[in-house]
Parts: sequence; structure tokens; C-alpha cells
Amino acid sequence: MVGIVGYGAYIPRYRIKVESIASVWGADAPSYKKGLMLREKSVPGPDQDTITIAVEAARNALRRSGVSPANIGAIYVGSESHPYAVKSTGTAVAEAIGAVPDCHCADLEFACKAGSEGMFLAYGLVKAGEVEYALGIGADTSQGAPGDALEYSAAAGGAAFIMGKTDVVASLDCQYSFMTDTPDFWRREYMHYPRHGGRFTGDMAYFKHVRGGVQGILKKAGATQKDFKYIVFHQPNGKFPVRMAKALGFTDDQVKTGLLVPTLGNTYSGASPLGLSAILDEAEPGDRILFCSFGSGAGSDAFIFTCTDKLPAVQGKAKHTRDYLDTNPFYLDYGTYTKFRRKIRKNVED
Amino acid sequence: MRDVAIIGIGMTDFGELWADSLRDIFVMAALEAMGDAGVDHIDSMYVGSMTPGLFIGQEHLGSMLADYLGQAPVPATRVESACASGGLALRSGFFEVASGMSDIVLCGGVEKMTDVSGAQATYALATAADQDYEAFHGVTFPGLYAMIATAHMHKYGTKREDLAQVAVKNHANGLLNPHAQYRMKVTVDQVIGSVKVADPLNILDCSPITDGAAAVILCPADKVKQFTKKPAVKIAASAHATDTIALHQRKDITWLNSTAVAAAKAYEMAGVKPTDIDFAEVHDCFTIAEICVLEALGAVEKGKGGEATRSGFTARDGKFPVNTSGGLKSKGHPVGATGIAQIHEVVSQLRGEAGERQLGKAKRGLAQNMGGSGGSAVVHILEVL
Repeated sequence: MVGIVGYGAYIPRYRIKVESIASVWGADAPSYKKGLMLREKSVPGPDQDTITIAVEAARNALRRSGVSPANIGAIYVGSESHPYAVKSTGTAVAEAIGAVPDCHCADLEFACKAGSEGMFLAYGLVKAGEVEYALGIGADTSQGAPGDALEYSAAAGGAAFIMGKTDVVASLDCQYSFMTDTPDFWRREYMHYPRHGGRFTGDMAYFKHVRGGVQGILKKAGATQKDFKYIVFHQPNGKFPVRMAKALGFTDDQVKTGLLVPTLGNTYSGASPLGLSAILDEAEPGDRILFCSFGSGAGSDAFIFTCTDKLPAVQGKAKHTRDYLDTNPFYLDYGTYTKFRRKIRKNVED
Repeated sequence: MRDVAIIGIGMTDFGELWADSLRDIFVMAALEAMGDAGVDHIDSMYVGSMTPGLFIGQEHLGSMLADYLGQAPVPATRVESACASGGLALRSGFFEVASGMSDIVLCGGVEKMTDVSGAQATYALATAADQDYEAFHGVTFPGLYAMIATAHMHKYGTKREDLAQVAVKNHANGLLNPHAQYRMKVTVDQVIGSVKVADPLNILDCSPITDGAAAVILCPADKVKQFTKKPAVKIAASAHATDTIALHQRKDITWLNSTAVAAAKAYEMAGVKPTDIDFAEVHDCFTIAEICVLEALGAVEKGKGGEATRSGFTARDGKFPVNTSGGLKSKGHPVGATGIAQIHEVVSQLRGEAGERQLGKAKRGLAQNMGGSGGSAVVHILEVL
């Protein structure tokens, strides 16, 4: 049996409310809140980036798994906000958690789907017997242009999953991916902020690919909607995953545990992985989980997990995802937010 | 001059047609019209399109579309008069058949607006305004029509609710039109509570950005029976007029003089009075536009457009149904296609093919298509032959 042996989440404590952003741009906050089904979003602190978030999440995964970092043979970090254009995120994470030097590292990028890619690669290497344990992480300090609709949702956070064969807490039973070349959201080199195709990102991108991923894995696994206690889809806003779940025949009860976006925002590569970690915090042995990410460009990775009787023992070994989200938030005004996000141009030596 | 009939109509669904290109949607509409008319070739074609160069980077539209329709080397002409391009394409085809130059002429309209961002679409549409005196100073069409609305409310006591009622009525009609982009019911409260665009106009006072195409086939009225057994529709009048394209240069910004002049010419050509018209498709690019158009057409007295709308005069079951298709507001507004889509609705009603939204009395219908803030207007009157 191959699956998750340890998992961990991390979400910065800083938040900004939709109203604080809308008031600066003269936008209508109630319509944004209703349209996005989102009230606030997380913001990384000035000393936080994708590496620090990935490290925090990885440490929580290590706490739960009890695995020695030295036994982790591969680390894959998926993000669209790697701190360096050229220089590995994965090696920094590996060094910080003590997994170097006997380790393979790679950084992945596929818009919001990069996290699930790392999970899939980690799973594949363990299943093939190449490594004993492998770590897949999705983490982002997401980017949205000032004043753009994305600024209301682009958030920060990440989750990490250690794959292995021993003491599995959730077996990975089936995997299916669905890909097409669809230019719905992109950022070219030297562009500071990503661009998107407005409503084209809906039907032709998110809904098409999540539908394709979910229908594909249900067919591959011979499963039906009722076989799952929980489902989690990529959550760029509150509306899309809820509408998608309903259209695919799932209930609100199946969706709600993994739906973090109304107070978290869209953590891009971290979004569906964080939803999964929130589910694992509450799930019981025997519960089945359907997971489907989405990344612009575009594609989805779908997984089916079954929780084992090893899960309850690890749930309390690290901070729960909802605890990061719901406790001790620190609300920023827009000015401080722009400072934290380095949107204010200063002299270089400052 | 020969009498001219419309013997075939076709149109695509209006909406965000992500999977189809401009040439695809034009050919879909054109083939449907040719099939409806029972013709396998045309002698000539006119295509209304406002600014494909800015929307998709494609000019030289006539030749490209004639080719993709499989009709090259027929003469093919692109016609442009901003949002009145479709109406003017029909008028151009009308001339060619009426004059005896050609027998079978296709008149189409097409616009592919969703391949660009909202800001780029706003820029493209604003090229229909006066660049030196309007657009360069930052005025957009919602802003221009908002000024018209404010002036109308001030001068005639038109109420905010009257503007909203135009949207309520047109969405109620569009709900019954399978081709419409926004098939949803809206209430006065929803319109007034929707996001502000340019005071007093909100998002639900504005027509949307739309992809779509429409086409009709014309032939001499005395040759109709050679092609089709369907009820033929005669173009009883075709009229066109212009005005200053800059709003501030008009004596009265609440009065759409180009529409008034074109309508007067059309009534004269058809030998009818405004009260002889059973129903109309009009250019409701913004809710205030429909109110002003009602007045310019002479359907109601000057200043009474809002009151008439409030009283149900223009409702589908009213005395003078307006925009049974849903209008630009609900059906959608692919600018170059709109004028032909209006003709599609009038012909559907006259033929008794309008389905759930079919009117009881539909013998003579009018279509009014307008460019910019009224810098151009085209009015056609159609009758059952």
C-alpha cells in the first residue's frame, strides 16, 4: 500500500478583508464578496515566502509521520511564486528540514496545479521503489495585480504530504490526470503579475478540467459520488468548487470540510492540498476522499484516498489546518498589505 | 425599383462563444439562412461588422467570409456604421436587389468581442464616439448614455424605475428566446441594486459584450416562389440618417434625431403611420436608449418614453410590443450582428415562427438599429408579403 504517511499545513496569520481592498479601488465590496463567495484572504508576512511556508508545512508533515528527514529521498515543491527564477526552492526546503544531501529535489510550476504534481511524483517514486519516502509540497504566495479581481483572492499558504509504504494514514488508491492546452491564465517571464482571460477561466478552463478529472477518475476507479465522505477541488473562489460539486452530483456535506477559500483566499498551488489537509484533520478510518486540483494552462490531477486506522493517531501531532485559519488572525490595512507584498517601490539600499 | 423580399434567416446563439471563431459563427448563420431560403449560392453579399480589426486583428472581412462560406468569387463587401453596421448591410443588399443588379443577396452581421479583455473591448467600442472631443477625454458609451439619461430625467421627470423597467421587460422576453445570451428574469429592485457603471446607469441597464452572427437572404419579391414555400416578408421601407457623433454638439441630447429622420423617411416610403406598426425591435444598448428611441420613432410623445414603458405599452402583451427578442439587453449585442439579428426577430414574428414569444398580431414590424450615441440610425419596415 502506498499513500500519505504524514501531512502538514501552514497558513500565515495575516489577513486582509475584501472591504479593505475594494475601498482603495472604488470597487463594490458586497458584489465582490457575493461574486467570489469570499470574505478575506491570507497574506504572507514580510519575512515569509514560498520556501518558508513549504518548510513550515513540511515540518508539520514530519511531526505527524515520525519519519526521519534523512530517509526522505525526494522533495518536490510546486508553486507559481518560487522566490528565485533560477535557483531551487526544493534544496532550501531539504536543507531546512535536514534531508540533504541524499535527496532528489525539483521545483514544479503549473499555475495552481503544481502542488498535486509534486504529490503525484512523490507517490510514483515510492510506488516504483526508487525511494523509501518522498515529499510533495504545494505552496504559494500568490500574485494578483493591484486592482485586478485576482487581488481579492490571491493568498498565501501551503501543505506538504510525505508518501511512503509504511504506516500509511491514507492510501492513494487511484490517480487520473486530464490535460489540454488552454490559455486561461498566464505570466510570461519579466511580467510582474499574471494575466487572465476573465470569464474564459470558468467554463472553458476550471469547469472543463475539473469535470474531466473527476469524471475520469470515477470511471477509472469504478466509483460513484456516494462512495466518498469528502471531496476537495481546487478553490480559486468560493463559487467555482461549490458549483462544480453540485453539477457533478456531490452534496454540500461532502464539500464543506475541505472548503477553506471563503476566509483563506486562493493559495494557488496550496489550495486543494490545504483542503485535503483540513479533511485529513477530521477524517476517520475508512473514509474515502476524492481530490481534484486544477491548474491553468490547463489541467487537473485527481486522486482517491482511503483513510486507514493509522490516521487518528497522527491528527493531533501537529497544528490543524483550521486552527491556522480560524485562530489569531491579524488584519492588515491596504497600506500595510502593499508593504508586506512589496508593492511599494523604494530605493534599492532600503 | 423592384420590391425586395427576405426569404431566409439564420443566426447563432448569442453569448461567449469561446470555441468558435468569427469565421465559424458567420458561416453557421449564413448557411442556416441559405438553407432556410432554399438557395445553394448567392450573387453577392454584405457583412456588417464594426471593428473586427480591433477585436480579432482581422480586416478584409468580405473576401475572407465569402471564401469560408464557399461563395468566392462573388462580390463581398464589409459595411461599417458602428453598432448600426448590420442594419446598413441590409440596406446595402436591399439596394442591389431593388436595382436589379443581383437576385440573391446575403446580408449578414458578425462580431467576435470576447477574445479581448473588457478594457480592450471598451476601447474598441469607444472608437464609435468622437475621438477628438469625446473618447480622448475619457468618455465611454456608458458615460454618454448616462448623460442622456440624466438629462431625460431632469427634463421630463423620467424615473429611475422607468429605466429599470426596460431591462425587466426585455429580460422577460429574452427568457423565451433560445438564442439569447442572458436568459434570466430580473426585477426593478435587482436593476437598481446592481453594480454602478455610470450614474444613473447600473450594470443591468447595459447591454453585454457578446459574440454572435446573423444573416438573411434577399431576392426580388416576384421571384420568392422559385425558392421557398415559407411566408415571404417584404422590405416595405429602408431608411438611413446621420447626426453629429459627438453628443455635446446636439441641441437636445435627449432627442435621437437620426432615428427620428430615418423613421419619418421609412414611414413615408412604406406609406404608413407610426400607429400602423404592430411591433418593433429597437436598439436598447442601454435602458435609456429604448426610451429615447420610442419617442424618436413617434410611438409615443416626446418625453413620454419612460411613462409608456412603466404603463406596459411596450410589453409583449402591450399595445406596441418592443424587443420581443429580448433586445440587445437580454439577447446580447455583438455590435455588427445586432442589426441583422433584429431583422431575424421581425421576420420570425411575421412568419409566426417566434415560438413562445409569438405575438398575436404581427403583420408589420419595424427594426431600428443605431450607431454610437445616435450618430447614425437605420430603420426598416417589414411586412408579410
